[in-house]
Amino acid sequence: MRAPQSRTKDGPVSARPLPPLGPTRRLKLPQQAERTLDNGLTVIAVRRPAVPLVEVRLWIPFGRAHLARGQMLAQTMLSGTETMSSVQIAAELQKIGGGLSVGLDPDRLMLSGTGLATGLDRMLEILAEVLTGASYPAEWVGVERDRLIDGIQVARSQPAHLARTALLKRIYGRHPYAVQTPDPEQVRAVRPAGLRTLHAQRVHPAGAVLALVGDVRPERALDVAEKALGGWQGDGHRGDLPPAPPLVPGPLLLVDRPGSVQSSLRLALPAVPRTHPDLAALQLANLIFGGYFSSRWVENIREDKGYTYGPHSLVEHSVAGSLLVAAAEVATEVTAPALLETSYELGRLATVPPNPEELEQARQYALGTLQLGVSTQAGLASLVSAYAGNGLRLDFLPEYAARLAGASADDVAEAAARYLAPARAVTVVLGDAERIASSLAALTPIETVPVPS
Amino acid sequence: MPTRRAKIPATRYPVERFTLDNGLRVVLAPDRSAPVIGVAVVYDVGIRSEPEGRSGFAHLFEHLMFQGSENLEKLAHFRHVQGAGGTFNGSTHLDYTDYFETLPSNALERALFLEADRMRGPRLTEENLRNQVDVVKEEIRVNVLNRPYGGFPWLALPPVMFDTFPNAHDGYGSFDDLESATVADAADFFRRYYASGNAVLSVSGDIDTAEATELIERHFGDVPARPAPARPDFAEPQLTAERRSAYTDKLAPLPAVASAWRVPDPIGDFAAYLPYVVLAEVLTDGDASRLVERLVHRDRAVTSVGGYLGFMGDPFDVRDPTALLLQSHLPPGGDVDKVLRTVDEELDRLATDGLGDGELARTQARMATHLLRETDAVLGRALRMAVLEQQRGEPELLGELPRLVGEVTDEQVRAAAAALRPECRASVEVIPGGAR
Repeated sequence: MRAPQSRTKDGPVSARPLPPLGPTRRLKLPQQAERTLDNGLTVIAVRRPAVPLVEVRLWIPFGRAHLARGQMLAQTMLSGTETMSSVQIAAELQKIGGGLSVGLDPDRLMLSGTGLATGLDRMLEILAEVLTGASYPAEWVGVERDRLIDGIQVARSQPAHLARTALLKRIYGRHPYAVQTPDPEQVRAVRPAGLRTLHAQRVHPAGAVLALVGDVRPERALDVAEKALGGWQGDGHRGDLPPAPPLVPGPLLLVDRPGSVQSSLRLALPAVPRTHPDLAALQLANLIFGGYFSSRWVENIREDKGYTYGPHSLVEHSVAGSLLVAAAEVATEVTAPALLETSYELGRLATVPPNPEELEQARQYALGTLQLGVSTQAGLASLVSAYAGNGLRLDFLPEYAARLAGASADDVAEAAARYLAPARAVTVVLGDAERIASSLAALTPIETVPVPS
Repeated sequence: MPTRRAKIPATRYPVERFTLDNGLRVVLAPDRSAPVIGVAVVYDVGIRSEPEGRSGFAHLFEHLMFQGSENLEKLAHFRHVQGAGGTFNGSTHLDYTDYFETLPSNALERALFLEADRMRGPRLTEENLRNQVDVVKEEIRVNVLNRPYGGFPWLALPPVMFDTFPNAHDGYGSFDDLESATVADAADFFRRYYASGNAVLSVSGDIDTAEATELIERHFGDVPARPAPARPDFAEPQLTAERRSAYTDKLAPLPAVASAWRVPDPIGDFAAYLPYVVLAEVLTDGDASRLVERLVHRDRAVTSVGGYLGFMGDPFDVRDPTALLLQSHLPPGGDVDKVLRTVDEELDRLATDGLGDGELARTQARMATHLLRETDAVLGRALRMAVLEQQRGEPELLGELPRLVGEVTDEQVRAAAAALRPECRASVEVIPGGAR
């Protein structure tokens, strides 16, 4: 190593200055086109031709669906149609370098995939075949039922999943967001007929949004989508969600996981939706707190104290409400000290305005990562789809960038005081209660529950 | 009915290569389609090079490269990258260690400055070392010790398959070894392996080649010249008898099994190696693949099966010895022996009867999509090209891969399947511990 002191024979070394940044490049939106088909399906096509692929995202509103049936529908939607078996669907997609997968959350059913751009027509034909003709064959449903149950069992052995489950339940009470993983018994009761009924009720073009992003000509891609999916019909139940309830702080919920060598710390704080005027300032406050590596929280509990590996805090947007969640896996013996530092950093930001340098650093990060996020087909597709699912379009991106650029130090301090105050936090800790309960109880009232079995 | 074959598109990224006087190799891949850049520095040292008694040291040292350098205090690196709107990370692999940033393109010079500064020398202090030992222990707890199937199979299978320390040991390291690491060890590791002649710098994305070249000269030109150390031979003989091992994972609710077979040298005999990459996908890519169809859907013997090349899933950035891996998760009470027997049966069937009509072509088309998708991100391109330069002197191979994969023949895939014999297989089984 050549540390400066080893260079004394050359005399003192003048420090090399950090090069300045060049002029900022403006955020340029890609070419795009949109059409709402007669059946109510909105199609958005965006051109990014960097590689000869196309990304497909179909968002179907799916709020308030029966959880186990919904999960099983996602698991078995590609299991066959009147004319194609599951294997044929997969093979036909592979031929064009394509693939599809189906996912569910409390807001939407999402069909997503990627394929060679030359295969877009065929990929959408197969997508249409599934949307209009998924047949939920009994044998496949049986196989997938067992696989889903096994998957739930594995998820339940993972601390991150258990902590998340406890947090959601604690926050949402009776709201549909409260439980997002079904019980195995409920899954076991799902029958093919129930899936066909759910499909008929909910897999509709009305209110759905298809995003096509990649090496496509947007107008032509819309034509292709209209040809393939114009015949998809159906309307009806939309499953609008009630607004998420406000956070109700209370005692720290300690979920006892005997033998755990780490504790999973989760703090939920209030947040606002994408279009809310406070969001930019809140995002900046969150970054300064724990939203990126160069944040107070990470510098404190990781780089100074070595309590944890990857602490992070994030504003999560769902259709019925937004939330700020801070998460860290910390060594069992430092669980209470880590919580103390977390409350300290939240409290400091909520009561003392951030200094201008750390605000500018957070602002540059927020603006830069917006550019990075839309610099790939997949990133662009995810953003277009998430925006559209919340009623927004890509032109909101520069508007949001302007809000980030314009948020003042006062705005950020105000947002921090309003949203990051530790007194407003809902806190869940999953860990070995025998080893951590008494020290946690020294900081705050706690309520201990066993890990759900 | 013969199937129409999807045309596999060619991609040709322009690539510039040069070597500075101090031996640093440079790869530039301009692409101005978005105002972002990827910057990667790859050092030719990884898990296989760490000495006995110092398991986990290559990874621990990677952490130390972020703890300040000649002109940068602790925390400065993170702040300068993120304060420029960028993201960063590093990762430790079997044969190399990478450091990288994705940034808006106006931060090019800053990124070069940051990488050059730590190439001249990180600040290695006792305090930073102790802090990062603690952080790495938490990383190991979160990724291995506190979760089910932690380290399966990438840490569990090498000690079954290999006999020598470089290939067999735990790359995350034992807590004892991590705790006994010293600043002197780190200084020695840096001097030996983090030499300008042992590194590749790669920049992709929104750059002007001439300007980037000049900036690279300016910032890296006076990094002291040190030659690459001689690379030891990590070769081990092929297995001559089947190896089996099992361990109880007290957090795991269900059984699992992973098997590995040695494959040809990915660098020295790429043409012989490539069919195995294709074979793994023929066996496990999606519902139309052989093992998913048979094991998941027909026999219901597994809940999932996956196949890939390299213990870290790194088909094109690993040297010999490496392996083809198949891993399965089983339902409650699942029979591991039966799963292994069925895999053998399916390999035999493939070797004997060959592929079905269109089976190879559709698998190759899907592989092309995966390969292209990885290179859409500027960072993916910079990283892959840096490693291809380091290990093969051939960064432009990245653009050729979809075509080369597409040229693998039915006969080659059959031969690869025939080579995966049970007697040269190493397997490790996870016995569920039941407790949660």
